[in-house]
Amino acid sequence: MVSGLRILSRVVGKLRPLLVHGPTRGFSASAPEPLHVCVVGSGPAGFYTAEKMLKGHEGAQVDIIDRLPTPFGLVRSGVAPDHPETKIVVNQFSRVAANDRCSFFGNVTLGRDILLSELRKTYHVVVLAYGAESDRSLGIPGEDLKGIHSAREFVWWYNGHPDMYDLSPDFRNTESAVVLGQGNVALDVARILLRCKTELATTDISDYALDALRGSTIRKVYLVGRRGPVQAACTAKELREILGLKNVRVCIKEADLVTSPADEEEIRNSRIQRRVYELLCKAASTHKDNNYKYQKELHFVFFRRPTRFIASENGSKVGAVQLEKTALKVDEVTGKQVAVGTGEFEELKCGLVLKSIGYKSLPVQGLPFDKTRGVVPNLRGRVLSCESETATVETGLYVVGWLKRGPTGIVATNLHCAEETVVLNWNPEIIGVVTIFISHFDTQVASILEDDKKGVLRPPSDSEKHGRLGLLEILEQKNVRFVPFSGWEKIDSKEKMAGQPRNKPREKITTWDGLLEAANV
Amino acid sequence: MLSRLSRAGIQALSRARPAGPRSISLSLASVLRAATPFAVLRSAAAWLSLRSGWQTLVTSRSNGVGAISSYMIHAGRNFFCSCTNATDGDNNNKLEAKISVTFVDKDGEEKLVKVPIGMSMLEAAHENDIELEGACEGSLACSTCHVIVTDVNYYNKMEDPVDEENDMLDLAFGLTETSRLGCQVIASPELDGIRLALPAATRNFAVDGYVAKPH
Repeated sequence: MVSGLRILSRVVGKLRPLLVHGPTRGFSASAPEPLHVCVVGSGPAGFYTAEKMLKGHEGAQVDIIDRLPTPFGLVRSGVAPDHPETKIVVNQFSRVAANDRCSFFGNVTLGRDILLSELRKTYHVVVLAYGAESDRSLGIPGEDLKGIHSAREFVWWYNGHPDMYDLSPDFRNTESAVVLGQGNVALDVARILLRCKTELATTDISDYALDALRGSTIRKVYLVGRRGPVQAACTAKELREILGLKNVRVCIKEADLVTSPADEEEIRNSRIQRRVYELLCKAASTHKDNNYKYQKELHFVFFRRPTRFIASENGSKVGAVQLEKTALKVDEVTGKQVAVGTGEFEELKCGLVLKSIGYKSLPVQGLPFDKTRGVVPNLRGRVLSCESETATVETGLYVVGWLKRGPTGIVATNLHCAEETVVLNWNPEIIGVVTIFISHFDTQVASILEDDKKGVLRPPSDSEKHGRLGLLEILEQKNVRFVPFSGWEKIDSKEKMAGQPRNKPREKITTWDGLLEAANV
Repeated sequence: MLSRLSRAGIQALSRARPAGPRSISLSLASVLRAATPFAVLRSAAAWLSLRSGWQTLVTSRSNGVGAISSYMIHAGRNFFCSCTNATDGDNNNKLEAKISVTFVDKDGEEKLVKVPIGMSMLEAAHENDIELEGACEGSLACSTCHVIVTDVNYYNKMEDPVDEENDMLDLAFGLTETSRLGCQVIASPELDGIRLALPAATRNFAVDGYVAKPH
């Protein structure tokens, strides 16, 4: 009986594909033709794209290039040292890099070691995932005074990015630091300044940053936002964490917490904003009547925007920030509440200013770029020749991540962003409706796999693409010492070993020479 | 026709009696169409677990199969169990320690799996090759294992999410009233038969409706 049922199972198993899919279903595929893909940038956007390409196309051969010798982008150089759980995703990325059809090439800079035009000749598909390595600027007087840094530089510095090891921020000349912005990056930098140094000592913070912070005299940090607590851009987890820091008094003005009907509407429509606002209210009341003498203070300053930086007595360093009070007004075009100046000014004394007002992408030769928005013009990841309505699609060129969407979102946002650029499954009915509204552009929506199916990526007129072999040839001609993934693994194990005696998960190697030497290239 | 089968199947299974020859002929058609070899084996396991007095919600797909297999098993008086559920030793106890969970992927395709009590849904998904991401590997530091509990009754059976889970759910794509993180939903007997849908993330990228997420 048992064997009878087993035979039945096997018969059902063989018959089922035929019954479910019909006799047109093939039984085996011949070796697939390679689809050569180059991903520029090895952060979350790059790796999620590589992963989806490998999963979605049997013939995909994916090369990931990065200008740093180390992979993983902001996971290594952006995520704060006291957030190790957020870095666990590198395990998944390492598995992608270990795939037979995937190769990593570190220390290869687009625009210097290889041109975009050369990449497009060598690969069927080029995906730009190089993020945003510059900053928005305030454009106000005094911005170039000493002691004013962008949060990106500061974060790179404490995370041991080789471009920033000589930043040398001064923590000894003042007891007050001002952070402009109230997003999660602003909270990160404020937290690193205020966190007890013994807690930081067991993280992967760079050694020189830990030393500098140990000698810090900063005990007051101001988080300054143009708008109110309802509009604060941070999220609950990070806010909860900073509000719970040891020995830190949290100062929030009750008057700032009053909400308008427009605020109430925003709170109703957004779960994130509601929870953030509630946390701020709770913190305000907890610390209100508390007379305990705290060592350090964290001030949330709302409804203030910086208008200029004032130099200290010696003339070259920042001594204070001039702030203008703001009020919220509903913008007619967007319907959102924006801050408008009221003409009332005040000064906030400080010796260190960190601007956390947003990152910005950098253009590359041969790449269309929208200077206003700081992104590459694109439709669902397919690069367009310009931002205007007469744009055409650039064949075989795609963007993903911050370069595509602008510099917002978390690690996981790139998962879905990559899905759109690589896969994008749409119902045919929806395509019909959507094309009516976006009829300026190509009627097909963006998707690397869709484009491949249509044969767009391999027109018969095109000469053969050599993929990895082509890249290796170009790099050899230019004498580039690229770092393969095995090179990163050497750096990784050396860093981990160096961290052990200091009870740190790793001691980062923070110079270009040091990294290349450790990678043995 | 299938719903009649379901009812007949459930009645037959709950009374732990073999289904008659008539329901077998009815179910043969659905068996060939709907059955996978595994479904056959699973239904055998389902029948056996019911026999020990434990309620199982059987999907309509496997009911027809359940009817035929339960008859065949009873008729042959053979204890059929070569599937993943049991190895050696007391098979009844092993089968009791698992619950049925159906994962619905973003394309609507369903997969019924057996999850041992105490295992998280994220682990269960990975063990069964279901594409549920788990970037932080269960440390409550991301929202990539976001699942939607399709039936609010099951959602209410679970403990409320703690603050840390809610913090991560804030950032999840396609968040609903019955969303949870897969790494925080642990298999327990009262969750047997639960259906978890993976969010259709691509739908969020409306041309003008994309809401920038904080970082």
